[in-house]
Amino acid sequence: MAMSQTPAGAPDSALEAARAEPLHPPMTGRQKILGVVAAVALVAYPFVFNAPFPQHVMIMIFLYGTMAQSWNIMAGYCGQISLGHAMFFGIGAYSSAFLFATYQISPWLGMLVGMILAMAAAAVVGLPTFRLRGHYFAIATLVIGESVQIVVQRWDFIGAASGIWLPIVRENQWANFQFHDSKIPYYFIALGFLAVACLAVRHMERSRLGFYFRAIREEPEAARSLGINITLYKSLAFMLSAALMAMAGTFYAQYVLVVDPEVVFPLTLSILVLLMAVMGGVGTLWGPLLGAAVLIPLSETTRILLGGTGGAVDLMIYGALIVMICLFKPEGLIGLVRHWLPSHAVKKEAGHGDA
Amino acid sequence: MAMLEVEGLTKQFGGVVANNDISFQVEEGEILGLIGPNGAGKSTLFELLTGFYPPDRGTARFQGRSILGLRPDRINRLGIARTFQKLKPFQAMTVAENVMVAAMQHSADPHKARAQALEALHFVGLLEKRHEHAKGLSTGQRKRLEMARAMATRPRLLLMDEVTGGVDQRSIPGLIELVGRLRREGTTLILIEHNMQVLMSLADRVLALHLGRKIAVGTPKEIQNDREVIESYLGAAYA
Repeated sequence: MAMSQTPAGAPDSALEAARAEPLHPPMTGRQKILGVVAAVALVAYPFVFNAPFPQHVMIMIFLYGTMAQSWNIMAGYCGQISLGHAMFFGIGAYSSAFLFATYQISPWLGMLVGMILAMAAAAVVGLPTFRLRGHYFAIATLVIGESVQIVVQRWDFIGAASGIWLPIVRENQWANFQFHDSKIPYYFIALGFLAVACLAVRHMERSRLGFYFRAIREEPEAARSLGINITLYKSLAFMLSAALMAMAGTFYAQYVLVVDPEVVFPLTLSILVLLMAVMGGVGTLWGPLLGAAVLIPLSETTRILLGGTGGAVDLMIYGALIVMICLFKPEGLIGLVRHWLPSHAVKKEAGHGDA
Repeated sequence: MAMLEVEGLTKQFGGVVANNDISFQVEEGEILGLIGPNGAGKSTLFELLTGFYPPDRGTARFQGRSILGLRPDRINRLGIARTFQKLKPFQAMTVAENVMVAAMQHSADPHKARAQALEALHFVGLLEKRHEHAKGLSTGQRKRLEMARAMATRPRLLLMDEVTGGVDQRSIPGLIELVGRLRREGTTLILIEHNMQVLMSLADRVLALHLGRKIAVGTPKEIQNDREVIESYLGAAYA
């Protein structure tokens, strides 16, 4: 449209000024310093804390951070609450484990296969369920996730309830994605996967995809009226999310070297990932990582302190924390961080959290 | 050939015939007003023409092309945009981002989309609010935002539901002026409007609906004096 008419309010100079503004506010000096410090600390960490437990805790934070970020794409940005995300984790874990155990195919390749299968599964699950709104979509994904677990429990071809034990290989550790001397390679791979997830979200957030996802979250009808094929874009969100989840699944399989339906397809995993994202702050880049960084040390520590039964205690603490977050900081812990680290960039993004 | 040709459009909800055999045409460049008391079927007609409801019977051709049964996003891409009676801004996004979503139909590049969005915001007089979240706007500002958003998809035909409804009196002249400018930019418009004075100053022709039926079509003046139209609003005693 050629807007040649003189508009009502502002003079043309105001339009020129508005055009000259940067699309994304540049990082402040404080943010840059914080970024460098964090990067150095993350690289130094496994060498400073050269014991299995602190390394394991960080690896779990990275792994769950990746998953929480994956869930965040679908729910935080696109507004579709999934309670069945464990199915994509399981698909990833099983694909690479099965291909390696049966055909000695490198888990890296198996991971790609798993990601593609997870994306296909997301597309298939999405077709009928994207017609459902809000809670109904959540319930549908919950039921489908549970059904997948039950099917895998009875599917003899892939080990049924006893799952798959990965053969131990001591040579070519990088090619075989198995490390038996130290956790440090796992540490850096998990960190790399988390970085991939975060970069994917950062890129998505700033592109048309992210704008469309948020529009669909906010007002699906208005989004349609502006030419957005909402079923297509919901599918894309679901597929992207599923692929990252499957990537995490392969990592997990290679880390513990055994997969079974109880561990890689449970509803509790879907819920846990949701809790982390919600606790940290949905619809934001850093929220899910923050959630994982708070909840994982909590659960790992209670498990150590209280032994095998610790699992229930950490969930009780999670529950209490979630109630407190809902009451006092509905936008998530990220709200607190923004309070301490104010910047122009943060102010502009402040509204994204309340999906 | 008229820009929009509607023939025998019918939509039934259970026992209620919301649109009953409605036919009309919209010429390129004109403003068609749509009036009728509550329940006349005005909004239903919009929902049918923009693909949000499937029709039961009838045809609608836009620039010679049948549009009934297409998805809303397809219809928008063909060149028909709309605003909503119950406004639907993307609340947690800034005013500029709201319009960028629409502009991205023509350019995936956020920089280009933003330039177009700013132009549209300038046009509707909301440029100053570009960094604010949509949830903080007044009703009048939200209406302007919806117009900017719809315009950023570069429609040939714009369907506007209640331009002045729910807006304080002081904002009305500005909105009327804005609609006039939209027309001068070459956009064809269909307006649902209850305020007869507004229609008198804007519309070329008015289509009156009552209980789902077309009861009259003509210039605003003709419609204002139409016996059946007055009856539909005020009852037979006043006609």
